[in-house]
Amino acid sequence: MTVIDNNIEQIKSDLIQMWTLVINQMEKARLALVNGDKNLAREVRMNEKRVDAFELKLDMDSEYVLMLKNPVAIDLRFILSVLKINYNIERIGDYANGIAKVAERLDGPVPEDILQATHLPEMFYTAQNMIHVSLKAFENSERNSVNHLFGMDEKLDKTNNNANAIICKLIQEKPDDIMLILNALSVMRKLERTGDHILNVAEELIYYFDANIVKHSKKNEDF
Amino acid sequence: MTQAEAKNVNVWYNNFQALKNINLTFEPNTITALIGPSGCGKSTFLRLFNRMNDLIPKFRLEGMVTVNGQNVYSDDVRLDEMRKNVGMVFQKPNPFPKSIFENVAYGLRVNGINNKKILEETVEHSLKQAALWDEVKESLKKSALELSGGQQQRLCIARALAVQPKLILMDEPASALDPISTAKIEELIFELKKTYTILIVTHNLQQAGRISDLTAFLYLGELIEYNHTKKIFLNPDDERTQNYITGRFG
Repeated sequence: MTVIDNNIEQIKSDLIQMWTLVINQMEKARLALVNGDKNLAREVRMNEKRVDAFELKLDMDSEYVLMLKNPVAIDLRFILSVLKINYNIERIGDYANGIAKVAERLDGPVPEDILQATHLPEMFYTAQNMIHVSLKAFENSERNSVNHLFGMDEKLDKTNNNANAIICKLIQEKPDDIMLILNALSVMRKLERTGDHILNVAEELIYYFDANIVKHSKKNEDF
Repeated sequence: MTQAEAKNVNVWYNNFQALKNINLTFEPNTITALIGPSGCGKSTFLRLFNRMNDLIPKFRLEGMVTVNGQNVYSDDVRLDEMRKNVGMVFQKPNPFPKSIFENVAYGLRVNGINNKKILEETVEHSLKQAALWDEVKESLKKSALELSGGQQQRLCIARALAVQPKLILMDEPASALDPISTAKIEELIFELKKTYTILIVTHNLQQAGRISDLTAFLYLGELIEYNHTKKIFLNPDDERTQNYITGRFG
């Protein structure tokens, strides 16, 4: 094992830990929201500091490798990808934190009829699945599974595009629950943004695996 | 127009085959870095272009090596004439124990040029090209051996430039120098590209990345990969290249 291998292994391990932490944060935020569990919401908010600490450490360690180890080829692509993946995963951590804040604000669980009308369970499922698939792709160098992420994001976009109509209809039907419904809308937006950030991660994974830059390409293109 | 070319080149030292069917072309005004582990044949390859391998016992060449379209191994080639087109800079600076002026003027005098004005003009021009003029213009009569290592290396480059070669061969020209002298040499090489075609052997991969347009990776006498330096250092096609440049073998 070369000197740079040690650095890269450490960075990879830290990023996987951060990614796993964010997956857990999102799941706890979901449970806090649907069960009205304020203690769990608080736990998510406390753990947000750990996500931030990981981000800073990964930034510093990546800078260190760039500065002192002169990475090239796959090592260089790894470090450049990690710097951007790190940023995107941290942002997803912020969304989990934001959903936990919503759960803290509410008086109880989000009622089942509102959950179903806003498609929040499906959105959670898709967004969480995307984070999980992207992590496995990174961890096990599963290049093929990266392509699936683009299709998964389209599902989130589709629901999100209908969000205004869904919310208007719900407000008309349940004017007394307007604050609750607007909070549900804010969660929908966060989950849609989560999908966007995972797409950014997918683009970085393609760069890492193939040295292809696919940013700003058509999403439907088969990479 | 191709400045230099190796076509189906095979080289043996006695029974040991040092180069195996190498095909490479070098365009004018480019810097090509030759990289590879020790013993891979890169210096042997470099020295084909000015026939410096000829004196090595049991050296044998098959294939064709051309500079400016002329086969340098052709029977009718005059070595002194051919070497006017091909300058060489070595790993360790090797100035002659003469004055700075006479070191640069040496190649001209050997070629029968003794006109004082021409010599003075050429020495000044060459020292300026080698980014050494400002440092030595007041002391041209001083012994070259009194210069620092970095200055001596730039003097050797000036000496090579004085005979107006087309191709410059550099065999690890900065490996014996400190970082400041290395930076000066690299800056100089980059400037010289405007006028000359340069082949450089280097073990310093960061140096290859900084200064070369193209990189050739040789391994066990074979040309493994030849491509734009950016491509080689970002996404080489051959796994052996990647393993070498990332320090995983070699």
